[in-house]
Amino acid sequence: MVDVVLPESLRGVEPVRSVRIPARLEYRYTPGAASSRFLRGIAEKRILGERCSVCQKVYVPPRGACPTDGVPTAEQVELAHAGTVVSFCVVNVAFYGQEMEIPYVTANIRLDGSDLPIMHLIQECPADEVRIGMRVEAVWVDDADLGPTLESIRWFRPTGEPDADVDIPGEGVGTGLGSWVGGTAPGEGP
Amino acid sequence: MPLVTEPTRAVQVLSAPLVIEYPFKRTTGPVVGAFLTGLRERILLGTRASDGRVIVPPAESDPVTGDDLTELVEVGPGGEVTTWAWVHHPHPKHPLDRPFAWALVRLDGADTAMLHVVDAGTVDAMRTGMRVEPRWRDEREGAIGDLACFTPEQG
Repeated sequence: MVDVVLPESLRGVEPVRSVRIPARLEYRYTPGAASSRFLRGIAEKRILGERCSVCQKVYVPPRGACPTDGVPTAEQVELAHAGTVVSFCVVNVAFYGQEMEIPYVTANIRLDGSDLPIMHLIQECPADEVRIGMRVEAVWVDDADLGPTLESIRWFRPTGEPDADVDIPGEGVGTGLGSWVGGTAPGEGP
Repeated sequence: MPLVTEPTRAVQVLSAPLVIEYPFKRTTGPVVGAFLTGLRERILLGTRASDGRVIVPPAESDPVTGDDLTELVEVGPGGEVTTWAWVHHPHPKHPLDRPFAWALVRLDGADTAMLHVVDAGTVDAMRTGMRVEPRWRDEREGAIGDLACFTPEQG
């Protein structure tokens, strides 16, 4: 840190070392038709995905169209409340506005019958026991508190079933995440 | 659990407020820290560059040589408006709740102009080259808002 030369008038006063500059952005969020269908389903304790008529993939939360085939997802599919952890992160760092006690786990969970994971919390088990392939189920808020928000699912908890197999995206293809597992990043190989 | 499927149906689209807030706290470093300390003490500061010019607000690096600038010098408190834009309808996040001017103010002893606010009352009171003086907030904390605004210099 450089030493600065202050004018006489400021010598000996307590220097300012930091400044608070909060940024606040006020939006009105309009989720669109497909996500509104999904959120209204959540308010009824139902998890609704939508299926692409071309590739047959089930998207949840749905966005109303298949990003691969570019067609509307016209078929609604009710999904199980259980799924498999396909990726997770143990949060050990406290931050402003945090609502969970650390350490806690945020996971990508692929619900049975869907092809896209949703992100949610894992609770009711120690953070260091969470693993890829773990079977989990949704824990809902009390019926009186249900609403059109993902917070209607409090978190997911282990079901106790045996672990499921999880395909790592790109594994065996030589691209994407799977090719990192062997220690070589895509494009860095011979 | 068996999958239940049905055609998607029209639905009334939802809408809800969404507020995102970042509670940033930044360390200032010695040069900006000195500038903010000055504001708290009602003293305006610039840095002296290698060519002798005084830069306000203080730059941390020389604009010509890139060297660290370490000599802080007092400027102002009066200054001159070098250019300005009148705000007829302030919005809630503007620094004043009545019409005002955004202005570049070159403080006495400075060679560059600083962006701030001039509380002139009416647009007719504004002109390029006008003399202004600072109006300080009573409660100061070492932030740019300690300098509430500039006002037309009184005779």
